[in-house]
Amino acid sequence: MQNNNVIETKNVNFYYGDFKALTDVTMPFQRNRVTALIGPSGCGKSTLLRLINRMNELIAGTRVEGEIIFDGKNIYAPEIDPVEVRRRIGMVFQKPNPFPKSIFNNITYGPRLSGTNGKAALEALVEHSLRQASLWDEVKDILHQSAMMLSGGQQQRLCIARALAMKPEVLLMDEPTSALDPISTAKIEELIEELKKEYSIIIVTHNMQQAARISDFTGFFYIGKLIEYNLTEKIFTTPAVKQTEDYITGRFG
Amino acid sequence: MEEKIHTSIQYERELQDIKETLLYEGALVEHAIHRAMRSLLERDSDLARTVIAEDEKINALDEKIESACIRLLALRQPAARDLRFITTTIKVNGHLERMGDLAVNIANRALELNEVPPVKPYIDLPRMADLTREMVRESLDALVREDRDLAVAVRKKDEIVDNLNEQIFRELLTFMLEDSKTIHRALLITQISKSLERISDHAEGIAKMVIYMITGKIVRHRDPGEAI
Repeated sequence: MQNNNVIETKNVNFYYGDFKALTDVTMPFQRNRVTALIGPSGCGKSTLLRLINRMNELIAGTRVEGEIIFDGKNIYAPEIDPVEVRRRIGMVFQKPNPFPKSIFNNITYGPRLSGTNGKAALEALVEHSLRQASLWDEVKDILHQSAMMLSGGQQQRLCIARALAMKPEVLLMDEPTSALDPISTAKIEELIEELKKEYSIIIVTHNMQQAARISDFTGFFYIGKLIEYNLTEKIFTTPAVKQTEDYITGRFG
Repeated sequence: MEEKIHTSIQYERELQDIKETLLYEGALVEHAIHRAMRSLLERDSDLARTVIAEDEKINALDEKIESACIRLLALRQPAARDLRFITTTIKVNGHLERMGDLAVNIANRALELNEVPPVKPYIDLPRMADLTREMVRESLDALVREDRDLAVAVRKKDEIVDNLNEQIFRELLTFMLEDSKTIHRALLITQISKSLERISDHAEGIAKMVIYMITGKIVRHRDPGEAI
């Protein structure tokens, strides 16, 4: 089989001080596919997501073992610049967190810091990113108004546009719709379907129906271990492991 | 291994209710087939009329089960084994309802045959009826016990019933050729034989769904002997 992985984790262990949050996680993430990470709270799925763009090391006392291979290189190798990793692997969080600036400046903030300048280039980038995030039509006439006046769903799409403006290859999403109403959620889900043509997406979600609806592959985590990884369709119709089955059918505890 | 129950007790109860109602429907269907055949073999027309009247109960259960399954799909979004159980139930329910109708067909033919002298003693027909009922019972047992081997065994019996059906037809054909006065009665008997054969097909259909429910593989168009 042709290797179409954008990212691969190899025997990843992760510790918060003495607490081992992830044990021996080896899993692929395919290019231009949506991979969902599911499992009960504390199972390590968000920890793994944050490891993929080196966010966890911002927390003191943490330690990583194993490798996370992206573009043929271990992103934890000493010569790798975490800032570059975070540019190429973008992240969208649970709660929309726009900067208290205009819509326009929210998008251009990152690109400006990394050297994109010139009015025309920035304007083109803003339009392109907002179109990709399906927000352009709603905000094109109010680009210089504060992002804080947007609805929650619009703010979340703005955060997606902001991540896309950095031209990442992978988009990490940590429960991106858990704070949104069903209509905004549907829009984001629709957007994810669209975005996977150009990006590889990894999403953590507590909503199992959402994982079933939008992902191509699903990994089920339990107490820091990857219990089962397979095509989403397979996981939700005939999972191979009983723990997975118990979880997705609602037999908890 | 002990089965975990759903964290939502209500959900667990809804699934249990559906399963129990389906098995009750199965018991009624088995009973209807048995009594329809008895009404023929013992020339008991009152019993035949009871079978016809009581099909209402089976029809009511058919509707009840289908509604409950649709409701559960809409409200609970079942996954994995629960999803396979519900989709299996919807199809098994359809098979059972059709079996009930076929038992009514047998009872109707019995009502006609009971009014006229017998063509010949029934020999293969009771055998076929016993085998068919066995298939119905075992297909439902396989469902309850999640027993794949039993489901496969049920599938293999269907061929025996098919052969008996052909044999009965050939035998009756000789009667009809010898004496044209037997044609009407003989045709009624072939219709009964055909109904039993159709019932066994439905039992095989249930067995196929049980195999799907256990393995997740759709075997509807595969031979019973093929590896799953």
